[in-house]
Amino acid sequence: MSWSDFVAKRQPRRGAAHVHLGGLLAALVLLISFFAWRSPTFLTPTTFLTVANQLPEAALVAVGMTFVILIGGIDLSVGSILGLASAVLGLALLRWQLPLPLAALLGVSAGLIAGFLNGFVTVRPRLPSFIVTLGMLEAARGATYLLTDSRTQYLGGPVEKLTEGGMLGLTPPFWWAISAVVLAQGVLSRTVFGRNLYAIGGSEQTAYLSGIPVARLKITVFAIAGGLAGLGGLFNAARLSSADPNAGVGMELSAIAAVVIGGTSLTGGRGSVLGTFLGVLVLATLGNGLAQLGVQEPLKRLLTGGVIILAVVLDRLRYSGGAEI
Amino acid sequence: MRRFSFLAAALLLVAGCTQTAQNAISPTSDPMTDTAIVKAGARRPQIALVMKSLANEFFKTMEEGAKKHEQINEDKYKLISNGIKDEQDIAKQQQLIEQMIGQKVAAIVVAPADSKALVSICQKAAAAGIVVVNIDNRFDAAVMTEKKLTVPFVGPDNRKGAKLAGDYLATKLKAGDKVAILEGAPTAFNAQQRKAGFEDAIKQAGLVIADSQSANWETDQASKIAAAMLTAHPDIKALLCANDSMALGAVAAVKAAGKTGQVLIVGFDNIGAIQALIKSGSVLCTVDQHGDQLAAFGIDYALEMLAKKATPVDKETPVDLVTTETLK
Repeated sequence: MSWSDFVAKRQPRRGAAHVHLGGLLAALVLLISFFAWRSPTFLTPTTFLTVANQLPEAALVAVGMTFVILIGGIDLSVGSILGLASAVLGLALLRWQLPLPLAALLGVSAGLIAGFLNGFVTVRPRLPSFIVTLGMLEAARGATYLLTDSRTQYLGGPVEKLTEGGMLGLTPPFWWAISAVVLAQGVLSRTVFGRNLYAIGGSEQTAYLSGIPVARLKITVFAIAGGLAGLGGLFNAARLSSADPNAGVGMELSAIAAVVIGGTSLTGGRGSVLGTFLGVLVLATLGNGLAQLGVQEPLKRLLTGGVIILAVVLDRLRYSGGAEI
Repeated sequence: MRRFSFLAAALLLVAGCTQTAQNAISPTSDPMTDTAIVKAGARRPQIALVMKSLANEFFKTMEEGAKKHEQINEDKYKLISNGIKDEQDIAKQQQLIEQMIGQKVAAIVVAPADSKALVSICQKAAAAGIVVVNIDNRFDAAVMTEKKLTVPFVGPDNRKGAKLAGDYLATKLKAGDKVAILEGAPTAFNAQQRKAGFEDAIKQAGLVIADSQSANWETDQASKIAAAMLTAHPDIKALLCANDSMALGAVAAVKAAGKTGQVLIVGFDNIGAIQALIKSGSVLCTVDQHGDQLAAFGIDYALEMLAKKATPVDKETPVDLVTTETLK
């Protein structure tokens, strides 16, 4: 398949993506309407600011996950990497007494390195990313426990600077996350790098034969996912004023859920970051709404699971053109 | 998936052992090692401490307390300490106890991950002539009777501890004030006990429970649920959290809502991170159930039982309120 064929084939898909985003927006509006109907306090600025200020980590991690899933991979280690980055940040601030920018840099670097390792091991011995990142999930969490001595480190003032300032009541992490979403979507739809990722997800073999540096791009994508999870770790620590050794446990699953709700195919080659962001919004809105209604844990889980499946079913009904997941 | 997490946990465990206690042998060591020890003249009884998750600060503290106790009583016994990776991994804990039976330890001090499911394996241990002491989380009385198992319980009364914190909170509020509870994992017995203790105090003081939800012991979940609670019930005067990790999340939520100082926060466990917050007034109080001494008490009991060959009565370990005054 030549390059022009590939581009030509993508056109209708892009149209379908727009339809999908419309459907997702409708679902989000429906969800908000439901909670607004059930709870008098839901449709208030407080709710929106709360949800917005809580979602940067989830959004950053999900953006990275979108890239990984687009190339036909999976990254199960993002939650652990987030924990590792916040542990490194905590250690740098508390024990080494480093200034915040340097500590933050170390935290993000830890994420980048872990992500790079994921990519490298996936590419070199050609292992499935599922198993490589499953290993990293364990290893990074173990490292986090060692660094924090399995104890929550209270960081307080120094780290809170990350959440100070901002505009319209929205914290800097929120704006960082929004920028990451916009930038990532731009990269995917406007650059050769982005198009190559779709090509790898479509068919790795074809992409390789058409001269795309598959190995290098794969490593880059895993490093990006790790770096974004690392950034998420900083924001998590800043929001909670502490480095929690269990930060991000299970986060990979909600990130995958957000990506799939957002219409990205689990087999790769199809999807968008904007869709993922809407998926994150759906899950965050659902979480806040159910908590405001005082729904108990068992029912909460039941409903969250139901919404995830329903969203994907609706997506597949809508997208009938050779959809597979 | 389980298998891999187990492997990694085993690796970590080994790493942990080599780092801190040279004389703690790994649970997989073959019987040869044991005979070698006996031949070497070290006839000290082996006592196995089987805990829940070492990723949890409480059990980490417990383990350290046990190791300190061992150092002081070096001539009396030899400690083998073990934990599971996941707080709720009952099967893994069962395997650990089975290994300890195989290794012919003299006594097992166990903090069961489940108060019913682990009775049966402990009965097996007792039948093999091993002294069993139940710490931290009490075995279910009905199941114990059914399995004809009699083991002493050494541990705190979580309900009493939570009541203590709730009573202290009540002195800062007036009847009719609204409060909310952040519960632990719904399936955990101590989570249920702490909730009950909070409720006891709330009822007694005439406070009103506006909302009560689980945040699964986690800081991040607690911050999100507390934020939603504060939106839905803007007149909440206090958040009672079933552990300190969730109290940290509650502090973050109150701060984000711009309500610092208007909402009192109560925690439980007295972890290191909470103390600075109590001193600064962000958290009103917490409860210390002396996790470091808990395992030591259990080991003392096991030693006593080994010496006297009799089953002593249950022992309630102290729970203490921690406030700005006590931290001075």
